[in-house]
Amino acid sequence: MEKQQRVRGQRLVAIFIVGCLLFNYPLLQLFSVNNIIGGIPVLYIYVFTAWLALIILMALIIERRDKK
Amino acid sequence: MLQGGVVLLVSFLYIGLLFAIAYYGDKRADAGRSLISNPYIYALSLGVYCTAWTFYGSVGRAARTGIDFLPIYLGPTLMAALWWFVLRKMIRISKLNRITSIADFIASRYGKSSALAGLVTVIAVVGITPYISLQLKAISNSFEVIWHQSKIIGTAAPTIASDTAFYIALLLAAFAILFGTRHLDATEHHEGLVVAIAFESVVKLLTFLAVGIFVTYGLYDGVTDLSSRAFADPELTALFTARDAYTDWAWFTFLSMMAILFLPRQFHIAVVENVNEQHLNKAIWLFPLYLLAINLFVIPIALGGLLHFPNEAVDPDTFVLLLPMAEGQELLALLVFLGGLSAATSMVIVATIALTTMISNDLIMPVLLRWQWLELAKRDDLGGLILTIRRLSIIIILMLSYYYFRLIGNTQPLVSIGLVSFAAVAQFAPAILGGIYWKGGSRLGALVGLSLGFMVWGYTLPLPALAEANLLPASFITAGPFGITLLKPYQLFGLQGVNPISHAMLWSMMVNLGGYVIVSLLSQPRVLEHRQATLFVDVFELDSENGTAKFWRGSATIDSLRSLLSRFLDPKRVSDMFTDYAKARGFDWTKDIIADADLVDFVEKQLAGVIGAASARVMVSSVVKEESLSMEEVMDILDETSQVIAHSRELEQKSETLEAASVELRTANEQLKELDSMKDDFISTVTHELRTPLTSIRAFSEILSDNPDLEIEQRSQFSAIILKESERLTRLINQVLDLSKIESGQMEWIMSEVDLRAIISETVISTDRLFQDQNIELILDLPGQVPPVMADRDRIIQVLLNLISNAIKFCATENGQVEIWLQNYGDILQVDVIDNGTGIHPDDQEVIFEKFRQVGDTLTEKPQGTGLGLPICRHIIDHFNGKLWVESNPGSGSTFSFTLPIKNEV
Amino acid sequence: MAKKILVVDDEVNIVVSLEFLVKRAGYELRTANNGEQALAQVAQFEPDLILLDVMMPKISGFEVCRRIRMNSAWQHIKIIMLTAKGREVEMTKGLDLGADAYVIKPFSTKELMAEIKKHLED
Repeated sequence: MEKQQRVRGQRLVAIFIVGCLLFNYPLLQLFSVNNIIGGIPVLYIYVFTAWLALIILMALIIERRDKK
Repeated sequence: MLQGGVVLLVSFLYIGLLFAIAYYGDKRADAGRSLISNPYIYALSLGVYCTAWTFYGSVGRAARTGIDFLPIYLGPTLMAALWWFVLRKMIRISKLNRITSIADFIASRYGKSSALAGLVTVIAVVGITPYISLQLKAISNSFEVIWHQSKIIGTAAPTIASDTAFYIALLLAAFAILFGTRHLDATEHHEGLVVAIAFESVVKLLTFLAVGIFVTYGLYDGVTDLSSRAFADPELTALFTARDAYTDWAWFTFLSMMAILFLPRQFHIAVVENVNEQHLNKAIWLFPLYLLAINLFVIPIALGGLLHFPNEAVDPDTFVLLLPMAEGQELLALLVFLGGLSAATSMVIVATIALTTMISNDLIMPVLLRWQWLELAKRDDLGGLILTIRRLSIIIILMLSYYYFRLIGNTQPLVSIGLVSFAAVAQFAPAILGGIYWKGGSRLGALVGLSLGFMVWGYTLPLPALAEANLLPASFITAGPFGITLLKPYQLFGLQGVNPISHAMLWSMMVNLGGYVIVSLLSQPRVLEHRQATLFVDVFELDSENGTAKFWRGSATIDSLRSLLSRFLDPKRVSDMFTDYAKARGFDWTKDIIADADLVDFVEKQLAGVIGAASARVMVSSVVKEESLSMEEVMDILDETSQVIAHSRELEQKSETLEAASVELRTANEQLKELDSMKDDFISTVTHELRTPLTSIRAFSEILSDNPDLEIEQRSQFSAIILKESERLTRLINQVLDLSKIESGQMEWIMSEVDLRAIISETVISTDRLFQDQNIELILDLPGQVPPVMADRDRIIQVLLNLISNAIKFCATENGQVEIWLQNYGDILQVDVIDNGTGIHPDDQEVIFEKFRQVGDTLTEKPQGTGLGLPICRHIIDHFNGKLWVESNPGSGSTFSFTLPIKNEV
Repeated sequence: MAKKILVVDDEVNIVVSLEFLVKRAGYELRTANNGEQALAQVAQFEPDLILLDVMMPKISGFEVCRRIRMNSAWQHIKIIMLTAKGREVEMTKGLDLGADAYVIKPFSTKELMAEIKKHLED
């Protein structure tokens, strides 16, 4: 149990670090192009997709093995 | 066309609904069927983060600068990942210490400091009041828009009497008073309030989604349509890429990360109102999901508004409301208005309650309690007083906010005001984060850091804002105070090219963090600070029951504690509390008189829940005769605590040490045994050596006395034997004495210049008879002359005699031969005594120099001496800084050699 | 016919004193200075009693005693062990090996002679 908790905490910290990298220079600059894909500006696709992906990952980390 | 009356009626009905929900929530809680004991309500209530700023301001900012509005929501998402560590720890600490507010939290961490509690409260009030006024402004604006159908607002401010925002403020004050100060104990959960806030989160999300869907799919033909239209307009296309201001982006992300933890309303909902630590788990991903959902349509609405009102002087902050209105969707507009109202009211209510708790517990009460002339500490009904203070402060805060709103008016967009508040609460970050992870953080450090950060914040953000509102001369911004350009508030020390918020954050964080760390490292923390630091930092390691009490030492009667608590709480409840406590601990509080440390701690915590840690400390000290712990004692206790923490690790180490020790012991024991048996052997040997001459002496003495008729010849022969054996006995005794003298350092050395050559000659002459008796040939090889050495002449003779007699003893029985050499090596003289006997086995060559050790089985072989001769010789030569050793090959004799240093003429 | 006694000791002076005492008491006597000599004398001289010192170089008194007892022809020889080490282990060891008595040095000459007389008259 203790170990599981620790692993979970470490994964969440990893999410935090990945998130910090995703939502910062230079990755943002990379996607900051004047273009539209599927009718949506590239930058918005990138930010919202990454955002949602992080949330899903967090949910997976939290909810996994949490069911008693 | 919406009637103003209808709008007003609907808003009051909505607030009435909130009252009903809160009332229902409280009733359910009283009935024991809590509505908030589930993680979804908790996650939704955290949505209090999304205020009118989100509801109206995000679209406004998106319309001005594109994606820049997002860091404010990405920050909390990132921080949510760290909640697992940070927020969980803050919740645990707060529950154990009955923390009531963020000021209480900081003060409690740094030794329950009243000064710190007051400072934090001041920062929070100064920082948050504009934020509350921002909400009032939003409500007022939205009223104006929906009522007067005005696209351009702020032209003519309504009078107070005709300003709806004023009445809304009053209503919110009533709500906060009713549902926020229902209980005296601020740590008790305001369940109705939380349910109402969660409900408001649902309302604002759904209404915003509704208007988003309407704009995207009703007004336009979906996202693709919207963006392709915008793409045609080069001015709008600029919104599709990020401005090249990544520093601002990073600072905004950081600011919102701090805000989600340290905004007083967030702290109140996330920490104080938390009923179950487990709820946090779901909130970690549900809350970011909520943020994502509420931001999904910000860009489409912004684009829709910009496309719909081209080249018009419309405040983009009102797009959300104006778009449905412009299309005649009156019901939707009304819903949106309610959504905005819900966003604003939820923030105002929670922020007000949070600030009020701080003002009463951390600012006013500590001062009142210290004013002796008020004799407040003696008053019986303090509970009522506290409630009155809280209710009054709610009204004061709201009126202050309203006043600020009137003062600043419409000079700033919603988002900017909000960010200024964020920057204020971010000042708490070093003190809190440092406080829960670094035991070294001290009260003085926190005070200095917070003060410096707050001052820089005030100078770089609210002051120039006042200038912008024409309350200060504009030259303050453009030229700096008194024309000192280095002090220009937006370009402090010439720092240019960054957003005012980033600029303020950079400087304030630098002085705040710097001050905190440096002063903490330099200052000597007080006893209580040490204790609290441990309680906070090691909260997960500490036993919740025993973690705190052992730091207290003093005496108080149970009665005095009871009456103290009764002054703040209902006496019946106090009585119940004591009974429960007594039952759990197994004592009878009606009989026991003196309270133990646990009970005092318990009472202090109950009191802290009402009036805050700092005040509770003051109150409890008034009845407890406390013997202050010395620094050493506290350090002892802390050591003990950390020892418990490191228990397992140390146990492991200890068993290793134990093992090592037992090995050592075993070795020592064996050595002792060996020594013991050596001593036994020695005694046995000495005994033998003593008994042998004694036997002869006794036998011949008896013979002489029993046979007086012996012939004279025989008589003298026997007498001679007795004499010889007596001498032998004396020699042995002398040797034993010599050894014990040398070993105990009591030997007297008579040092003089010694001519080694002469000594050898003399000794050889004195042993001449031995050689002749044994028929051993002696070969002497001495140089003509040698320099003198410093030594004890007699001892050198003793060594030589010993070596020579050994050589004779061990010499070959036939053709025995002993050589004695003396050599001069310049700095030393060396003497070799060489025999041609059986030699000594290499294993035994060192053994023979150990005392009592003789080569061979002592039980069956008669030793050739006492076993003391060679050890004594070695001691003697060592004393003269020389060396004594043996070289031997079994079968070809032995060479005993010793050296002595030549006397240095200098 | 006088009884024959063999005295074995590496300490010359002790042998001299025993020689005087034994002769004076009227016994026939031979001496030996070590274990080898002792065994040779036993075979040659066939003594009735041996005064045997324990601690001697090469072959110890114990060994001499053991070898004598191994020979069935010498079972009648009385053996009195002499030792300067009065430890019980050694006394037991000597008696186990077949010695008849044990005398600790230094001894009273009268007691020793009485002991010799006692064993020879058995």
